[in-house]
Amino acid sequence: MSTPLKTKIQVPRSRDLEVDGVKYNRAGSSRSRFEMFAWLFMRMSGIVLIVLVFGHLFVNLMVGEGVHAVDFGFVGGKWANPFWQVWDLVMLWLAMLHGTNGIRVIIDDYAARNTTRFWLKVLLFVASAFVILLGTMVIFTFEPCPAGADPSLLASFCSAH
Amino acid sequence: MANSTSGTLYRGQYGMWSWVAHRITGVAIFFFLLVHVLDTALVRVSPEAYNAVIATYKNPIMGLGEAGLVGAIVYHAFNGLRIILIDFWKGGTKHQKGLLWGVIALWVIVMIPFLVRHLSVVFGG
Ligand code: HEM
Ligand code: HEM
Repeated sequence: MSTPLKTKIQVPRSRDLEVDGVKYNRAGSSRSRFEMFAWLFMRMSGIVLIVLVFGHLFVNLMVGEGVHAVDFGFVGGKWANPFWQVWDLVMLWLAMLHGTNGIRVIIDDYAARNTTRFWLKVLLFVASAFVILLGTMVIFTFEPCPAGADPSLLASFCSAH
Repeated sequence: MANSTSGTLYRGQYGMWSWVAHRITGVAIFFFLLVHVLDTALVRVSPEAYNAVIATYKNPIMGLGEAGLVGAIVYHAFNGLRIILIDFWKGGTKHQKGLLWGVIALWVIVMIPFLVRHLSVVFGG
């Protein structure tokens, strides 16, 4: 897959990145297009995650009674509100994709044998897909006031109807 | 030009240690998140099941673990911003050492009030 030396043709990117006579251009293969996208995704998702994760930690650890308040009724109170459903959904997908891509890079760095790398990545992708789908399913099918449950364990609005 | 004795942006000195710490915190947060989504999924089993598992977290050891997790994510987040600035901001590479001090300063500024609040919740009963 080696690209022939291009003497005259310009790379289709803004300009040559040349530092001390060394060119740091990337070849235009689809492989490096994916790496470029992954690189950009790590940065974009990171910026959004700061807001989402810091907000999550602030609401769940700092406000009111802090961690002591966390129980089924607390989760019911939050996920009865579409705002927190969307918040958690976006946080789940971005954090899992960001983290999965980060671990993928780390596997490439440390696992020297092709077969080891392959199976570690299979394990990683299966585990990540499972967690993303499970977390999504939980947000969408969550029932804050399950029928027949002990009312003292539920959010206060459950007993109102 | 950079050489093996002076190190580069990434190898040898604080540039490398900040990267090692970024990598370790990233992996730790990832494994936390796997478990975190699994235990949160217990809300689909029953209120009792979720509360029973969460109750086992409500002790000082887990409280300290939560503090460690937050310390890791606050570092990873601010150092991630520093990486982004080095990549996208013209002066980023030149000021990267100053930026690392900025990361450490921001970490301390965020962690002090967080620890005061969180540890008084955890140890205050
Ligand atoms: C000790 C710190 C933490 C506590 C006490 C905590 C608590 C909770 C609670 C109670 C929920 C249920 C819904 C809600 O409240 O929004 C939840 C959901 C969630 N948390 Fe956390 N969290 C913590 C740290 C984190 C961190 C660091 C991340 C991201 C890396 C994270 C990501 C998520 C996600 C993605 C969900 C949604 C799970 C799902 O879709 O089933 N949490 N967390
Ligand atoms: C809070 C906001 C976050 C920011 C600003 C952020 C930023 C970044 C940046 C800029 C990178 C470097 C990517 C590269 O070198 O190409 C990175 C790597 C990484 N991040 Fe995050 N991240 C955040 C949250 C998270 C979360 C929640 C997780 C775990 C689920 C995570 C796991 C990782 C991992 C495993 C790596 C790879 C480390 C390496 O290759 O050495 N990050 N992050």
